[in-house]
Amino acid sequence: MIEIRNVSKTFNTSGGPVDALKNVNLSIEDGDIFGIIGMSGAGKSTLVRCINMLERPTEGQIMVDNVDLGSLSVKELRAQRHDITMIFQGFNLLMQKTCLKNVMFPLELQGVKKAEAKKKALELLDIVGLLDKAKAYPAQLSGGQQQRVAIARAMTTNPKVLLCDEATSALDPNTTNSILELIKDLNKRLGITVVVITHQMSVVESICRHVAILDHGVVVEQGAVEDVFAHPKSDAAKNLVFPEGKTQVLNVGNQAEHFIRVVYNGANAAGRPMIARLAIEKGIEANISYASTKGISGKAFGTILLSISGTDSDVKDAIEYLTQEPGIEAEEVQVNVC
Amino acid sequence: MFADLFNPETLQEAWEIICTEFPLALWETFYVTVLATAFAIIIGLPLGILVVVGEKGGVLPIPRWILSVVNFIINVMRSIPFLILMILVFPLTRALIGTTIGTVASIVPLVIAAFPFVARLVEGCLREVNPNIIEMAQSTGASPLQIICKVMLPESVPSLISNFTVAITTILGYSAMSGIIGGGGLGKIAINYGYYRYKYLVMFLAVIVLVILVQVFQTVGTRLAVNTDKRLKNQAGRRHRDQAE
Ligand SMILES: Nc1ncnc2c1ncn2[C@@H]1O[C@H](COP(=O)(O)OP(=O)(O)OP(=O)(O)O)[C@@H](O)[C@H]1O
Ligand SMILES: [Mg+2]
Repeated sequence: MIEIRNVSKTFNTSGGPVDALKNVNLSIEDGDIFGIIGMSGAGKSTLVRCINMLERPTEGQIMVDNVDLGSLSVKELRAQRHDITMIFQGFNLLMQKTCLKNVMFPLELQGVKKAEAKKKALELLDIVGLLDKAKAYPAQLSGGQQQRVAIARAMTTNPKVLLCDEATSALDPNTTNSILELIKDLNKRLGITVVVITHQMSVVESICRHVAILDHGVVVEQGAVEDVFAHPKSDAAKNLVFPEGKTQVLNVGNQAEHFIRVVYNGANAAGRPMIARLAIEKGIEANISYASTKGISGKAFGTILLSISGTDSDVKDAIEYLTQEPGIEAEEVQVNVC
Repeated sequence: MFADLFNPETLQEAWEIICTEFPLALWETFYVTVLATAFAIIIGLPLGILVVVGEKGGVLPIPRWILSVVNFIINVMRSIPFLILMILVFPLTRALIGTTIGTVASIVPLVIAAFPFVARLVEGCLREVNPNIIEMAQSTGASPLQIICKVMLPESVPSLISNFTVAITTILGYSAMSGIIGGGGLGKIAINYGYYRYKYLVMFLAVIVLVILVQVFQTVGTRLAVNTDKRLKNQAGRRHRDQAE
């Protein structure tokens, strides 16, 4: 279990101090896939670099299995880093070494015998599907393949935790998916705890179980992925859930007087056509101002913003009607129309 | 003065000098250059590494004043003209070799002149190593020494080779100059016959041999650097594929 306790990090730069992290508290269970999402500059990389002490927190503690990493000697910390490995946006392979040598690298550092290291490395190259590239050099591989080699390298020391800092940000959507599948598979098979840093909602949705939203160094929301994404409360979360939200609302919503936010929180995706039935059964016509819904394992998650030109009681009826359905919540919201 | 450059007598004389003196001179120039380069690398490489890893935020930070002193010494030594440096190191040469004159003795000033230069070249090479790869090594639990030996140096081998090639050709040039203070080799021949005895043909021939030697060093060095650079394999492979398509 990773516990991040009251962690703050301040960089002293020539332009004055920069508070990259402010009193961050998180706990990450063993075997979890935990997402940390936020806009550029939110402090995600800083946070993940604190977890393996590449960056020392200015304040607070990082506890991994009840060991305070800040209290370890340099040597003990290096040993810990065989348990907490990392993959990067830029893959960071040794360009002058073959893939096999790259995967053997962490074992070489530990002084493991060559034959043994080679055996383990080949095993891992096989797992990531690149056994045939063992003798190739990184420059001869595609980005996705390089990241697979990096994952294999990160797994050689049988780590407990895998930190992924924007590991798929340099890859196209298909390759991203295959890498995420690989990570998910490793998590399932080996029970390794995974911390995923990303600025992409889609990454969190496809593999994470828990998520924390980081905004300007502060954790503004955290919890199970469905909960956080179904009920985004903070502005940062809303921005992530509705990336282009505001403009869309403004364009369509000019004539409307009321807005209802409908939240799909695991409603049956193949359920009844709610909006149409609202018009037929209640005679209330609703416009969809904005919709962002996703199917996660056969259930619908997401938000629809309805605009209704009607009386207050129409709005009340509509909310009542919609909320009958299990897994759907609705509330009237204020949308600024300018 | 060049009028009688190619008359039969001069040619005959030059040919004799070439046959009797050039082989030894070539060998002397070669081994002086190679040995001086080797020693310059032995001293300059660690210094270059120190300057890079020792700085603040480096892999193995050292006290700032040590770093400043090292940098200062390197800068001062690089700014002393070689001719003057040769004379300045006479006491050191005498202490090490027992004499200040001769081919072997000329190695000392060459090394002293070249190692700060090599240190700067090494510094440049190591700074080119992708800092993200160093961070990867740190996050993998590598010690500073491991990062230097297993990451920084191996990753910069191709650029080290091409920079050492620059060093060896430069040292070759200096070694010719050391002919003035009694160093042997092609430089001595060029000066003795060309400058003191007006046998310009011999001087020109000595220069041509020096040019050829530089060419050989440069060609071998460049080829070695390209062949060891695994980042380029891709480009080669790609070109290949493009042509096939
Ligand atoms: N070494 C450093 N020195 C000074 N400031 C830093 C340093 N590292 C990060 N920062 C600052 O801390 C803040 C957070 O940076 P960080 O790299 O953690 O953001 P991020 O969320 O990872 O962003 P991105 O998505 O662009 O990678 C930024 O304002 C950045 O300028
Ligand atoms: Mg980052």
